[in-house]
Amino acid sequence: MKKYLEGTYKTLPLAGLVEEAGTAENYNTGGWGVFKPVFKPEICIQCLFCWVYCPDSSILTEGGKVVAIDYEHCKGCGLCSKECPTKPEKAIIMVKKDL
Amino acid sequence: MPELLALTGNDAVAYAMKQINPDVVAAYPITPQTSLMQKFADFVADGEVDTEMVLVESEHSAMSAVVGSQAAGARTMTATSACGLALMHEVLYIAAGYRLPVVMPVVNRALSAPINIQGDHSDTMGARDAGWIHIFSENAQEAYENTLQAIRIAEHPEVLTPVMVTLDGFIISHGVETVQIFDTARVQQFVGEYKPAFTLLNPHKPMTLGSLDFSDFYFEHKVSQLQGINYSPKVILEVGREFQRTFGGDCCYEHFEAYRMDDAEMAVIVLGSTAGATRMVVDDLRSRGIAAGMVKIRTFRPFPYEELAATLKKVKAVAVMDRSLAYGGDGGPVHIEVRSAMYGVNNAPLMANYIYGLGGKPIDLVHIESVFTDMQQAIATGKFPRRIGYLNLKE
Repeated sequence: MKKYLEGTYKTLPLAGLVEEAGTAENYNTGGWGVFKPVFKPEICIQCLFCWVYCPDSSILTEGGKVVAIDYEHCKGCGLCSKECPTKPEKAIIMVKKDL
Repeated sequence: MPELLALTGNDAVAYAMKQINPDVVAAYPITPQTSLMQKFADFVADGEVDTEMVLVESEHSAMSAVVGSQAAGARTMTATSACGLALMHEVLYIAAGYRLPVVMPVVNRALSAPINIQGDHSDTMGARDAGWIHIFSENAQEAYENTLQAIRIAEHPEVLTPVMVTLDGFIISHGVETVQIFDTARVQQFVGEYKPAFTLLNPHKPMTLGSLDFSDFYFEHKVSQLQGINYSPKVILEVGREFQRTFGGDCCYEHFEAYRMDDAEMAVIVLGSTAGATRMVVDDLRSRGIAAGMVKIRTFRPFPYEELAATLKKVKAVAVMDRSLAYGGDGGPVHIEVRSAMYGVNNAPLMANYIYGLGGKPIDLVHIESVFTDMQQAIATGKFPRRIGYLNLKE
């Protein structure tokens, strides 16, 4: 990261290249959203739909089970809540952030 | 041994592309470029090149495919004209910003409206600040040789900047000339194998190209891009000299050609095919004892400010010929650059701008002669009749 963050126009990698993989993890996008998902483990049936649909890999699992949400990277798109099949109450609901 | 062939400018460039044998070509037809790519498509169909030819649905797609292919590590080319170049506009900046050494012949043509398919320089002048190197050609031979040299210039590790090689629509693209086609094996040795600076298809070295760049680093990346084109003048000369040594050609291999300028009192500055006619006028005036000269600019981007100023400061009058208009600007784009080059030069020559040839309007010897007559008058009276004049205009 140092070569990017402390680079000058003379030392930055050519053409704005990011010369390694997985760097999106270093970029905090959690502040972008207006709504945030709230996970209710007592309702969850562990179908993992939310994990499949999340475009930002922000559904955290342990041992194949959903355990929490990665608020550092979740952009609040709401797909997890939309796809959650539990009825009558969803295991993930979108709540407006206290901005 | 070189072969002497009767070729149109478009065919000559297609021959250059055949000898370069690019990995990928993405193309969309547009007059007057169409016959260039049609000829190259013949070479593909006949198995004379190994190129993967991608026929796309627009020029925006053509340049996008070129960017993707070149970023993947393949030597990639396309060609276009006029509105096709205009449709590529967005992606031209991307090719330059990604530092992709794309080479693209552009057959200069007027832009609509009114609709017109004939030659002028409006199209590439509209792309003059896109970050590409612009090399102008006077005739089919130069278009052929410039295309070959452009690969070496673009791919130089300190340059890594896309190059457009221009040739005047119809006058060069469709006029048949005797063209010297050099031995393919020697051309391929000169051009060399493409060694990409980076490739997106290397699983052992994953990387991202084109990530978001806000106010923290966008400026730094754009200034960094400037380093490539600023380094190129040296490379353009080196490549030109090596080309001349290797093939013994007699085209222009400098940033501009100074024709009979050593003892000239007045000079016309010109781009492209009109240089041929201007040279005839200069010779004729010289035979009558008039100290006329010509500067033919070959590299419009990067513009050779310092060298040009050193050449022009010796004359008393300069007439800059522009085959396009910079609406709301000071005449045409070449004029603007030359004026800028001469700022701060002591006893700078008198200068005027002549717009000519828009939409293929003929430019004849008498029109060029009239420019020299104006210069003689300017030297005698200390003033040009007009700052910006129009040649062969119904006025």
